[in-house]
Amino acid sequence: MSETFLGMPSFPAFPVAARAAVQDGTLRGNLRHATHTIRAKRAKAVAELPDWAELREAGRRIKDHTLRHLDRYLVQVEEAVTAAGGTVHWAADATEANRIVAGLVRATGESEVVKVKSMATQEIGLNEALEAEGIRAYETDLAELIVQLGRDRPSHILVPAIHRNRGEIRDVFRSEMGRWGRAAPDGLTDEPADLAEAARLHLREKFLRARVGVSGANFVVAETGTLVVVESEGNGRMCLTLPETLISVVGIEKIVPTWRDLEVFLQTLPRSSTAERMNPYTSMWTGTTDAETADGPREFHLVLLDNGRTDTLADEVGRQALRCIRCSACLNVCPVYERAGGHAYGSVYPGPIGAILSPQLRGTASAVDASLPYASSLCGACYEVCPVAIDIPEVLVHLRERVAEGGRATREGSTVVLRPARGHAVERAAMRAARWALTRPAALRTGQRIAGRARRLQPRSLPGPGRAWSASRDLPAVPAEPFRDWWRRIYGAGGTAAARPGPGGDTGKDTR
Amino acid sequence: MRVALFLTCVNDTLYPDTGRAVVRLLTRLGVDVDFPMGQTCCGQAHYNTGYRHEAEPLARRFADVFRGYEAIVTPSGSCGAMVRELYPRLGERARAEGRGDTLAAALAPVVPRTYELTEFLVDVLGVTDVGACYPHRVTYHPTCHGLRALGLGDRPGRLLRAVRGLDLVELPGAEECCGFGGTFAVKNPDVSAAMGADKVRHAESTGAAVLCAADNSCLMHLGGTLTRMGSDVRPVHLAEILASTEKEPAV
Repeated sequence: MSETFLGMPSFPAFPVAARAAVQDGTLRGNLRHATHTIRAKRAKAVAELPDWAELREAGRRIKDHTLRHLDRYLVQVEEAVTAAGGTVHWAADATEANRIVAGLVRATGESEVVKVKSMATQEIGLNEALEAEGIRAYETDLAELIVQLGRDRPSHILVPAIHRNRGEIRDVFRSEMGRWGRAAPDGLTDEPADLAEAARLHLREKFLRARVGVSGANFVVAETGTLVVVESEGNGRMCLTLPETLISVVGIEKIVPTWRDLEVFLQTLPRSSTAERMNPYTSMWTGTTDAETADGPREFHLVLLDNGRTDTLADEVGRQALRCIRCSACLNVCPVYERAGGHAYGSVYPGPIGAILSPQLRGTASAVDASLPYASSLCGACYEVCPVAIDIPEVLVHLRERVAEGGRATREGSTVVLRPARGHAVERAAMRAARWALTRPAALRTGQRIAGRARRLQPRSLPGPGRAWSASRDLPAVPAEPFRDWWRRIYGAGGTAAARPGPGGDTGKDTR
Repeated sequence: MRVALFLTCVNDTLYPDTGRAVVRLLTRLGVDVDFPMGQTCCGQAHYNTGYRHEAEPLARRFADVFRGYEAIVTPSGSCGAMVRELYPRLGERARAEGRGDTLAAALAPVVPRTYELTEFLVDVLGVTDVGACYPHRVTYHPTCHGLRALGLGDRPGRLLRAVRGLDLVELPGAEECCGFGGTFAVKNPDVSAAMGADKVRHAESTGAAVLCAADNSCLMHLGGTLTRMGSDVRPVHLAEILASTEKEPAV
C-alpha cells in the first residue's frame, strides 16, 4: 500500500488555494520582494561563468547516466557505506522510512533529535511520525525553525519561510521559543541581527544536548559512499558532527558516481540557489571511519528512500524530474509561484518542480495532484534557469495528458492504465468538438460567420464557465468578416496577393 | 519569392486586421503571399491542455495544406513554436507509442520551413527597416514562446527601432509572462488575472500609447485586461505597426 506523504489530506485544488493567496496583499508583497531579489542575484552569478551552458549540459548528462544505471550505483553505495562502518537501510515508502528512523532513535534511548534542513524528511512527514512515537525533532535551519515554531508549513524549497516578513518572525520568536526551549530575549526587535542572535542562543542549547542527528543529503558519491550536505548557516554542520548517532534519509536519485562529478554541481547549485559563487558550508562524511581519531558520529545510518521514485523513473518523459538538485531557481523565476505562493501547491515541493514532482511521486488521484500540471502558463522561464535542464513545460504537458486522457503509468512498480481524471468530461467533449470543426474548414467558416452575424448580441461578460475569462477581462470584439472571407473576396480562393514593391523603391532589402 | 501565410485560427476569426497587415507588409517587401484556404489551427491548444491525440489530426492537416511551400510565415510566436518545437515531439511520442514513423515523416517537411514573422523578415528577407512609419510611443512585450521557444531575441526590437516616428520605450519586467497561457487563463483565472494586471501596470508606467506584441492571443488577454482596468493603452500587433506607412497609416 502506498503511504506517500500527502502533505495535507484532501488539500484543495491549486486554483482554489491560489485564489486566497492572490488576494493576500502582504503575502504577495513578501513573495514579490523575495523572489525578485534572488532572481536578479542568480542571473548575475550565473552570467559570471562563461561555461555555464557546458556545466548545465554536464549536470544533465551526469544525472541521466546515473539514473540509467541506478540499480548498479545503489548497490555500489551500499557496499561503500557498509565498508566505511555505516549501515544502509532500504525504504520503499514513507511509512517504512519513518518506521526505520523511529526504531533507530529508540534504540539509542534518546527522545529528541536535531535536524539538518532536509526535503526528503519533510516529504515523508518524519517529524510528525517521530512525534507520534514520543520523539521530538528540532529543526535547526533558521527558516525551518521559524516554520516549526510558527506551526506553519514551508512554502519554498530553499527559503521555507519566504512568505514571512521579519515582523512576523519576531512575533513567532517572542511567543513560541519558550515553549520549545530557551525563550527569546526580552525586548526582541525585528532587526535581522537580533533575530539571528535569538535563534543562535535557542539552537545552541539544542546542539550541545543532542545525541542523535537526522539529515538528508544533497549528494551521495557512489565510489566512496560519501554523503554531501550543502548549507549556508553552519547549523547543519553542528548536527552532522556533534551527535553520536547520525541518521541520513536520502532519495535514491541523489547519487553521483564519482567525486569528480561534484565539480559540476558544486558550481551550479550555489549559483542557482543562493546566487553564491561558492557554497559556505559543504560537509562531507564517509561512514564512521574517522570517528576513532576525529570528531563525528560513532554510528551512522543511511536510509535510502524510494517513495515513488522508481515509478517516476519508469516514465520516459517524466523521469527527467529526478535530475532535480533542489536549487529552487525555478520557484524564484516562476510568475505563478510569485502570485500563488508555495502553500497552494499542497506539497513540500512547491513551484514548477513541485508541479511535476508531486503528481509523479504521489500519483494524480487527489484533487491537488490532478490540478498541479495545470498550475503553469507554460512560459518556460523555469526550463531556462534549471541547472540540470529539466524541461518542466514538457513534463507539465505530459502530465496534463495523463490527467485528461488517462493511459499507462507505473504505480508501485506495476504498469497500470489510468482512467481520465474526473471533472474533465466537458473539456474533453469541447476539445473533440473543436478538433472536429478545425479539421473541416467549412465548419470553421460557418462558425466564424455565425459569430460575425451575432456580434452585436455579444455580451460583456459570460455566464457559467466563461466567467473565468470575463470576471477580469473584456471579451475581444468579433469582426464582421473573418480574414478568410475577406481573402476570398479580394484575391479569390486559391488566389495570390502579388508583390507590389512600395513607394521609395523598397524592394525588401535592408537599405540602411 | 512566394510564401504561404499561416494566419492561425485566432487571427483568422478575431483579428483579420493583423492578417491584412501581414499581407500588406510582405507584398510591399516584394513577396507573393498565398493563403491556403484549407488551413485551420495548428493544434496548440489541444496539445498544451493535454489532448495530444486530438492535436495530431490538426498537425497532419497543417502539414498537408502547407506541404508545397518553401516558406510558411505566421504572425504568432506560440503557433510558430508549436510547429517548430512540438511537431517533432508529436512524431517522437507516436513512435514511442509503437505507431511507427508515419506521423514524424508527415510532419517533418513543414517544421524547418515555418517562420514566425520577425524571423522571416530579419533572417530570410534580411530587412530590419521595412519602410514603416508609426508616430506613436510604443512599448514591446516579448511573448514567452517567441522569446524562449523560438529565441526571437532582438529581432522585434530591431524592426521596431527602424520604424520612422516610433518612440520605443522599455517595458519594465518585459520578459515576465503576461498570464495568458492558453487554457491557463480560464483554469487558473485568479493567478492569470493577477499576472495580466501587473503587466498592464508596467505598460502604463512607460507612458506608451501602444502595447505591442507579436502574438494576438496574449494581446487578447492583455487588451481585455486593459479595457477592464480603464486604461488608455491600446494593444496592437507588431505586424500592424510594420505595415503602417505615411501613405497607408494603420487603421
